[in-house]
Amino acid sequence: MEQFAAVIQGYTALGIGIIIGLGAIGACIGIGIMGSKFLEAAARQPELIPQLQKFMFLLAGLIDAAFLIGVGIAMFFGFANPLLGVLAK
Amino acid sequence: MAAGQGPHNAGEYIGHHLTNLRFGEGFWTFNLDTILMGWFTGLLGIGAFYLVARRATSGVPGPVQGFVELIVEFVDETVKGVFPGDRKFLAPLALTIFVWVFMMNLMDLLPIDWVATATGAAGLHQWKPVPTTDLNTTFAMSLTIFILTIFFSFKAKGAGGFVHELFTAPFGGHPLLWIPNLVLNIIEYLSKPVSLAMRLFGNMYAGELIFMLLGLLGTLAAVSGGGVVAGAAAGVLYWGWAVFHILIILLQAFIFMVLSCVYIAMAHEHH
Repeated sequence: MEQFAAVIQGYTALGIGIIIGLGAIGACIGIGIMGSKFLEAAARQPELIPQLQKFMFLLAGLIDAAFLIGVGIAMFFGFANPLLGVLAK
Repeated sequence: MAAGQGPHNAGEYIGHHLTNLRFGEGFWTFNLDTILMGWFTGLLGIGAFYLVARRATSGVPGPVQGFVELIVEFVDETVKGVFPGDRKFLAPLALTIFVWVFMMNLMDLLPIDWVATATGAAGLHQWKPVPTTDLNTTFAMSLTIFILTIFFSFKAKGAGGFVHELFTAPFGGHPLLWIPNLVLNIIEYLSKPVSLAMRLFGNMYAGELIFMLLGLLGTLAAVSGGGVVAGAAAGVLYWGWAVFHILIILLQAFIFMVLSCVYIAMAHEHH
């Protein structure tokens, strides 16, 4: 019985790592690209910085959305793993 | 809490703090703490604005009125930039969303152990102070925006126009393209409320969870041999995350408001 629980927990832990890792890669690359474009635009037209900054924060929130949803799901599996429920039956 | 009665390990502690105070079973479970905190934060936020509006002067404003005017102007400018039409309905809706979501998110900055002690003294064993960490709240708000989008689509395009657009945008009017158009439109329409709700929920839930994990990290580091230094180092991490989370709270309220306005503005467009 403990072996089955260990197998499920091991694979769940791997899954959590992959979810958070891949999500972080995507989010960070996205923010990096957006930030570099913002810096270029700010260097070309400094008078537009306030307006561009507003859009930059909006985009940062949108880019982080999928990553944080992934973190939420991964944490859910970390603490209230529904896959372990099959062992209780 | 008496010794031996509280949580015995990190998992139990987190599980205890992430459970809602439930009433009822199955589909008809009501999360009482979400409902009550939602009302409380709503009354606090909107009520404060109402009290300021009642005593507003058109002369030189005091600091409180100046602050409220700042927020109202900010929301008005944002809505004007997104929706050039008549914003008598949309701007107050945007202000309500912004203020209410921000107040609900703000509850995340309350120390959870203090909340647990206070509600424990009142006899309640679970209490989650942040309503937006509950999927019910975020989906309720995003489904309301979704219904408003459909309502405004009907109003702006008429029932026939709306159905026509469902079948002919974006690919074209040829009958062979009706099914792909419909599929794409359904996906687009369904993804909006889901993404709106999940974005806010994910940010707040993960934020609260990371607060708990960093607190536990500090405790474990201090207790298991690092002493005060390790505990203080973890405390700096905790403080860093708290500062970042203050930005996230504001940002997520702003994003929810802007996206709601954008979706409702898009519903008014003709093709």
